[in-house]
Amino acid sequence: MTKFMTLKDAVATYVKDGDSIALEGFTHLIPFAAGHEIIRQKRRNLSLIRMTPDLIYDQLVGAGCVRKLTFSWGGNPGVGSLHRVRDAIENDYPCALETVEHSHAAMANAYEAGAAGLPLAVFRGYVGSELPLVNKEIASIICPFTGEQLAAIPAIKPDVGIIHAQKADRAGNVLIEGIIGVQKEVVLSAKRSIVTVEEIVDNLEVTPNACVLPAWTIDAIAVAPEGAKPSYTLGYYDRDNNYYKQWDNISRDRDSFNQWLESHVFGQGDV
Amino acid sequence: MTTHNDTTQYTSAEMMTITAARALTNNMTCFVGIGLPSEAANVARLTHAPDVTLIYESGTLQTKPEVLPLSIGDGELCESALTTVSVPEMFRYWLQGGHIDVGFLGTAQIDRFANLNTTVIAANHPEGGKNGAHSYANPRVRLPGGGGAPEISTNAKEVFITVKHSKRTFVKDVDFITTIGFGRDGKGRDNLPNIGRGPSVVITDLCILKPDPATKELIVTSLHPGTTKEDVIEATGWEIKFADSLETTPVPSEKELHVLRELKARTEKAHSAQEAI
Repeated sequence: MTKFMTLKDAVATYVKDGDSIALEGFTHLIPFAAGHEIIRQKRRNLSLIRMTPDLIYDQLVGAGCVRKLTFSWGGNPGVGSLHRVRDAIENDYPCALETVEHSHAAMANAYEAGAAGLPLAVFRGYVGSELPLVNKEIASIICPFTGEQLAAIPAIKPDVGIIHAQKADRAGNVLIEGIIGVQKEVVLSAKRSIVTVEEIVDNLEVTPNACVLPAWTIDAIAVAPEGAKPSYTLGYYDRDNNYYKQWDNISRDRDSFNQWLESHVFGQGDV
Repeated sequence: MTTHNDTTQYTSAEMMTITAARALTNNMTCFVGIGLPSEAANVARLTHAPDVTLIYESGTLQTKPEVLPLSIGDGELCESALTTVSVPEMFRYWLQGGHIDVGFLGTAQIDRFANLNTTVIAANHPEGGKNGAHSYANPRVRLPGGGGAPEISTNAKEVFITVKHSKRTFVKDVDFITTIGFGRDGKGRDNLPNIGRGPSVVITDLCILKPDPATKELIVTSLHPGTTKEDVIEATGWEIKFADSLETTPVPSEKELHVLRELKARTEKAHSAQEAI
C-alpha cells in the first residue's frame, strides 16, 4: 500500500546506489523534480532506462549519477543534442557511460513485457536495422506456429519506476491523463515505485476507462507541484520551450553546467 | 540551394514541404515523424487532404493540430486528437497491427538504397571502419538514434521520406543502417513475410526521387523548377541517375503557400511566449 511522503524521503527510502531506474514520461509528465532530488542525494552508479532521455537524463548523467543508459531516442527534442550525455559517451566525463540502444517499439514492448511478468518481449521489429549488431540484448525468436522470425529482447524490470501524474486522491489512487506513454507499464514492471503528483484531491472524478493506478501498486506518492517542469503536465502547464533551447548552451560547457547544477539543483530546497 | 527564389516568390524549403504534402492523399493513414514530415503532413491536411488521418508515435490518433508540435509529446497533438492511446498500444496494435498506410520520415543520412542513418556519423573517424558495426562505439558524431523509425519503415505499408539535399546527407552507403530502406544491396526486403514495401518516394528541396523498380536504387524522377541536373549531381554522394521521362515538379499554388506560411506563423507565435530558464 502506498505511503504519502516528501519527495526527499521517498528518494531516500526507495532509490539506492547501483539501482536500475526508469523515470518515464513520453515528452509529457517528465519527472524532473524527482530527478533533481536524486541528484541532490548524490546517488551513484545508477543504470538509467528511458525511451527519450531528454534533459532530465542529461542532467543526471552530467551530475555523475549514472554508469549505464538504456534509451531509444537521445536528443533534446526540437533543439539538438544532449551535450552532457555526449560528453560522457565521448570523453568519459564526469564518468564513463555504457549505453544500450533500442528503438521505441522495442522499449515499449519491453516495458509491457515487464508489466506482464514475462521474461522477454516479442515483436516484429529491427528488420534490416544494424542496431542488433551493436546491442547484444537484441535477439530473434522463431514463432512455433508460423515459423516467422521475430525480434526478442529482455523485458524491462527496473528496481525503481518513477513517474509524474496529475493527481492522487486521499487514498493514494493516481490519475494519469493525456499522453500516457509507458507510465502504467513502468510502475507495474518496477520492483519499487514513486509517483509525484501535482496535487491531492478528494475525488479523481474518473471516467470508466481512465488511466488510473490503484494505490496498492505504488510505494510512495509525493506531492510535487510543477514537478514535470520544464516538460509539461496536461491541464496544468505547458512545456517551457525556452528552457529546452537555453539548455543547449548551458549543457554545452562543463563549467556552465556545473554552475547551473549548483544554483538550480543543489541550491534549491527539497520538495 | 538558395533559400529564396525571387522570380516565383517561394523558397526551396517551401517547395520541398509542399511537394511532400502532395504525396499524401485524403484516404491515407499516416504515421508522422516530427519536423519536416509533420510540417508537410499538416499542410496536406489543411489543403487537398482534409480527412487524412495523422498519427504520432506519442499515441495521438487522428490528430488535427492548429500549430506544429515542437516535440512528439506536444499537448497540441493530444488535445486535437480523436483519442490518445499508450505508447505500447501505438506500436503494437496500430503500427505493427497493420493499420498504417504511410510512414512519413526524415533522416540525417540517406543512401542510394534509401537506408536511413540517425545513429552515428562515423565514416571519416580515424578509428572507425566503413561499417557502422565497427565504428559505432567511437563515432565522429553521435546522432539521437532510431526512435520509432526502424519499425515504422517496416510495418507501414509504404514510406515517404523528406530531407534536404546535400552531399553530407545523400551518401552512397550510410555509415549505419538505423532504419532499412532496401538494405545494403537493395534486396533487404525480398522474401520477408509481413513487411511493407518500403520507401516509395523521397522529396528534397531539389527534386523527387523514387526507387528503381528493379534495383531499388533511388533515381531522380522530377526536378523542382529552377533546379538543374548538375545541382542534383553536385548535392548527391553517388552517381545519381535520372529517369528517362524526367518531369518538372509543379510549382506551389497560392493556396498551398498561404496555408504553409500561416501554419508557420501560428506555430511561431504559439511557441514564442515562454518564460526564461
